[in-house]
Amino acid sequence: MKTIQEINEKIKKGNVVVLTAEEVIGLVEEKGIKEAAQTVDVVTTATFGPMCSSGIYFNIGHSKPRIKLGGGHATLGGVPCYTGLAAADLFLGANALPDDDPRNSVYPGEFRYGGGHVISDLVSGKDLVLEASGYGTDCYPRKNLKTYINIKDLNEAVLYNIRNCYQNYNVAINTSDKVIYTYMGILRQKLGNANYCSAGALSPLLNDPLYKTIGIGTKILLGGGVGFVSWWGTQHNPCVERTNKGVPKYPAATLALIGDLKNMSGQWLIGTSMVGYGVTLSVGIGIPIPILNEEILEYTAVKDEDILAPVVDYSKDYPQRENRILGLVNYAQLKSGHIEIKGKKVPTSSLSSIRKAREIADVLKGRIKSGEFLLTEAVEKIPSVDSKYRSKPLKERKV
Amino acid sequence: MERIKIVLHFPKQLVDKPIVYRLVKDFNLEFNILKAEVNPNEEGLLILELKGQDQDYKKGIEYLKNEGVRVQPLSQDVSMDRQRCVDCTVCVSLCPTEALEKDPQSGEVKFIKEKCIACGICVKACPYGAMKIEF
Repeated sequence: MKTIQEINEKIKKGNVVVLTAEEVIGLVEEKGIKEAAQTVDVVTTATFGPMCSSGIYFNIGHSKPRIKLGGGHATLGGVPCYTGLAAADLFLGANALPDDDPRNSVYPGEFRYGGGHVISDLVSGKDLVLEASGYGTDCYPRKNLKTYINIKDLNEAVLYNIRNCYQNYNVAINTSDKVIYTYMGILRQKLGNANYCSAGALSPLLNDPLYKTIGIGTKILLGGGVGFVSWWGTQHNPCVERTNKGVPKYPAATLALIGDLKNMSGQWLIGTSMVGYGVTLSVGIGIPIPILNEEILEYTAVKDEDILAPVVDYSKDYPQRENRILGLVNYAQLKSGHIEIKGKKVPTSSLSSIRKAREIADVLKGRIKSGEFLLTEAVEKIPSVDSKYRSKPLKERKV
Repeated sequence: MERIKIVLHFPKQLVDKPIVYRLVKDFNLEFNILKAEVNPNEEGLLILELKGQDQDYKKGIEYLKNEGVRVQPLSQDVSMDRQRCVDCTVCVSLCPTEALEKDPQSGEVKFIKEKCIACGICVKACPYGAMKIEF
């Protein structure tokens, strides 16, 4: 019905119609799928929440005399970086912790600073101490380096997240008789609370459940700057059970994302501490969905009540990798503040921020309407329901 | 009088003395212990909710101060940094007194100080360091 080129022409002319994935629901209810699909050109989706498999790679420039960081040791802001790359390249993951962090030695451990916080400080323009050592070679004689670095002086600083944007996620609860500290937050004993982590009807992959438009090469808003989908993410698992509208009932697809850290903002990349678990990075992502036809529009009109999520016991079943759930609940129930499990009214909390997600969807909408953000055609699809692609558990073999 | 929440700091030398019971015995004050702890330096911290006649309350507080207990109102102690808060709502279901609640429309998390008993669970749980507690 419409092509991305045609939509881009409208963006350039300034007469494109853009709605957020929440706004489009009302329009479809009012005008029906057919008319709404003719009216709307782009639907913006967004999410903001902790995404552990995030990280940055960066090139510090060569020191004089030269030092080979590769194979050596390096810390940024006291947090260890990965040095298995060439002389001046480093990688820092969001979950990295300082060597001297007390961690869980005093249970549960606070985890107030780590990789995610370093990334947030770096993108916010703070000077950070880089400390490194190498073994010294004829061509890279220097053995030690200690200097301040700033993002503006780095050659490249790139956010590269190997798993973001989970399409749906578990609702975490605790049936044991003691409090537990998890990556899904503090879970009170005996079903004291239930934590979820998805923007629901605003979340990118829940609005394109079969990945008809979002694919490799899709231009997105990442950390407030421009980014791209670089691949499907790790643990991508599209072949899970779905509703009759194609929405997965369990965690399914994931995306690997890349973008220039120098154009991003500390407002959308925030270091995050999960008490008793560790540190991570909260990432803001906005993905535009071009309304190419009625089918695609219908997917974007998905409501919170149409999206189901599994309730998982993080005291036993999750740690022991038992494939058991206590039932399915929908996001309208989750967002209402209470769900019912085993006849008990359980208060809910979200790890993902709907307020920040709405801001991102609005920012993306604004950039598209002002003509500064054009849409891209995916250069390749990511594995979908017909792919037989599955995320496998580890098969341990006797050594 | 209304119920009043106060924070009492007991110096080391007072920790093993029976003091709080005299609020009931001598001053007719009803109390409810919201939090009690003794830190590694053997100083004590007690958060109480008190109810009784205004005159008795004043006298009771006077008595505590004379004994060397430092008294401060509770409401100053827990605060929310709006700049850091992302409104994720992690704290909302943990708060035992519904002092943290989500606005159903905007999704914004509101901190209602009057309901806070300074248990500190929100401070521990907040992934963004937006909740602070000071005694």
